Amino acid sequence: MYTFSKNLKTLAIVLMALGIIGIAYGFFNAPKTTAEVEQILTEQAHHDGGEHHSVSEADHDAHQKHLEHVLTQMQNKPWTAVYVACIFVMLISLGILVFYALNYASAAGWSPVLFRVMEGLSAYLLPGSIIFFILLLVSSFGGNHLFIWMDPAIVEHDVIIQNKTGYLNVPFFLIRAIIFLVGWNLYRVYARKQSLKLDETGDLSYHKKLFKATAVFLVFFIVTESISSWDWIMSIDTHWYSTLFGWYVFASFIVTAITVIAFATLYLKSKGYLEHVNTSHIHDLGKFMFGFSIFWTYLWFSQFMLQWYSNIPEEVTYFIFRIQEYNVPFFGMLLLNFVLPVLLLMNSDFKRLGWIISMAGVSIVFGHYIDFYLMISPGTVGGSWSIGITEIAALMFFAGLFIFAGFTSISKVPLLVKNNPLIEESKHFHY
Amino acid sequence: MSTKVIHAIYNDDDILMDAVKETRSAHHHIEEIYTPFPVHGLDKAMGLKPTRLAICAFLYGLVGLAFGTAMMYYIMIVDWPQDIGGKPSFSFIQNMPSFVPIMFEMTVLFSAHLMVITFYMRSRLWPFKKAENPDIRTTDDHFLMEVALHGEEEEAVEFFKKTGAVEVKVIDKE
Repeated sequence: MYTFSKNLKTLAIVLMALGIIGIAYGFFNAPKTTAEVEQILTEQAHHDGGEHHSVSEADHDAHQKHLEHVLTQMQNKPWTAVYVACIFVMLISLGILVFYALNYASAAGWSPVLFRVMEGLSAYLLPGSIIFFILLLVSSFGGNHLFIWMDPAIVEHDVIIQNKTGYLNVPFFLIRAIIFLVGWNLYRVYARKQSLKLDETGDLSYHKKLFKATAVFLVFFIVTESISSWDWIMSIDTHWYSTLFGWYVFASFIVTAITVIAFATLYLKSKGYLEHVNTSHIHDLGKFMFGFSIFWTYLWFSQFMLQWYSNIPEEVTYFIFRIQEYNVPFFGMLLLNFVLPVLLLMNSDFKRLGWIISMAGVSIVFGHYIDFYLMISPGTVGGSWSIGITEIAALMFFAGLFIFAGFTSISKVPLLVKNNPLIEESKHFHY
Repeated sequence: MSTKVIHAIYNDDDILMDAVKETRSAHHHIEEIYTPFPVHGLDKAMGLKPTRLAICAFLYGLVGLAFGTAMMYYIMIVDWPQDIGGKPSFSFIQNMPSFVPIMFEMTVLFSAHLMVITFYMRSRLWPFKKAENPDIRTTDDHFLMEVALHGEEEEAVEFFKKTGAVEVKVIDKE
């Protein structure tokens, strides 16, 4: 049995508390009127050393429009920070659940010693999806301007969005979200229950039930994951579309999820709780991190290169805007998500070293946070972006909640599954 | 001068593994082992050094990447920078995404082929090479351990009989 260590619990609570303060600061600091925006913009111009440009009467309307535009962006900024962190951490816990399901369905012989770690960490899925759904509700009922297609004033003048309202309308959007979130959570609750029953009774019928449920879940997941990534991420840039977007999002969060599993495993192992986990298990996780990092890069490049190459105005603006306004994170993320993990994790011996896995893991987690930030923020905040207190605080809050929920769940049951038919093989796994 | 070697033949890989361990602990020098299929852990039991073929492959891959990059840079940017379908050919970085598939394939091509050729050279394999098989059964279902003979012949034969060999021969080797 694992006992939730005091230090870790304190860390989680401190992260959450600091996070809430930071988020509140972000909302408090967001400008409320165009006058405030004007003041901020002139201050920025002073900082940049730019000269005062006087506004003539003729330009006044245009200037006012510009101020309103910037005001929306700045008001969106704290919402975006919370939304990005919320969806990122929720999808990590979903990714952990999916990795668990993949291992179960493929009858993997190496991973059953890690099943309880994965089951435990995915406990965040329930609170995470509740908070996320509340955020979607707030957006749907006009609490913020994250999704422009939810604003009737914009849709009125926008034929492209009007043609999409058969799919992009608030009731259907919310119904879809409920189906997805409930479906994923149902599998997680069911899997946990069957796994515990198998532990108690040793009756293999529970294993078979879980095996079948897992196969069904994986089919349900791949369909819903694709649709949810259109709904929750792609629809922010309502005019833009990409056919491989669903897999791209999937690659992004599955690699982060595996990294988080590796972190938790290393942590628990260092505290002496995972007796049967050896360097071969770490090695396997490292290989998955390596492989999925390349898979992510492959999809990133496929999406980028195809649109860059054909250069069709209606789709290429997506990337032009990111390259112009988000240049450093846009290309810097390739360093974090591809170059560093690939070089660090290429060597077979390196994948057995905890500190190498941790270094590559930190790079992957931060890289994919930036990836999610770049999928969402350009559509909501536009050029008025910065990664500052609010963004970091939001990430801290959800990370704290993730640690709290995950490790509370891990501490409730023994860390080693008992009657899984593959557990003996997993205990003696060597590569 | 001819030296004598012992050919101990086994018909099971588990027995072979045990025999290898016993032979090593008795300080007999194993010259070579012939098996019909890869026996897991045999190299470790024999104390062979790990292969460096993967390091070679990585270096060859870097060569391939450099080759692909230099080739596309010279052809498309330096030598004749035409406007082909509006693709910017003013500098390498501007047109880089369209070169990536070539750079990638060159990396894979170089690293794979040069590694295979390195493997052939290091293990001395080529067409028309004379097979070095001491006993034809080792390609089918028998395992053969060749050990250098020092000292008493009888004693050594007895030792290998004990390790579970189905057949022990003493061979004069040129």
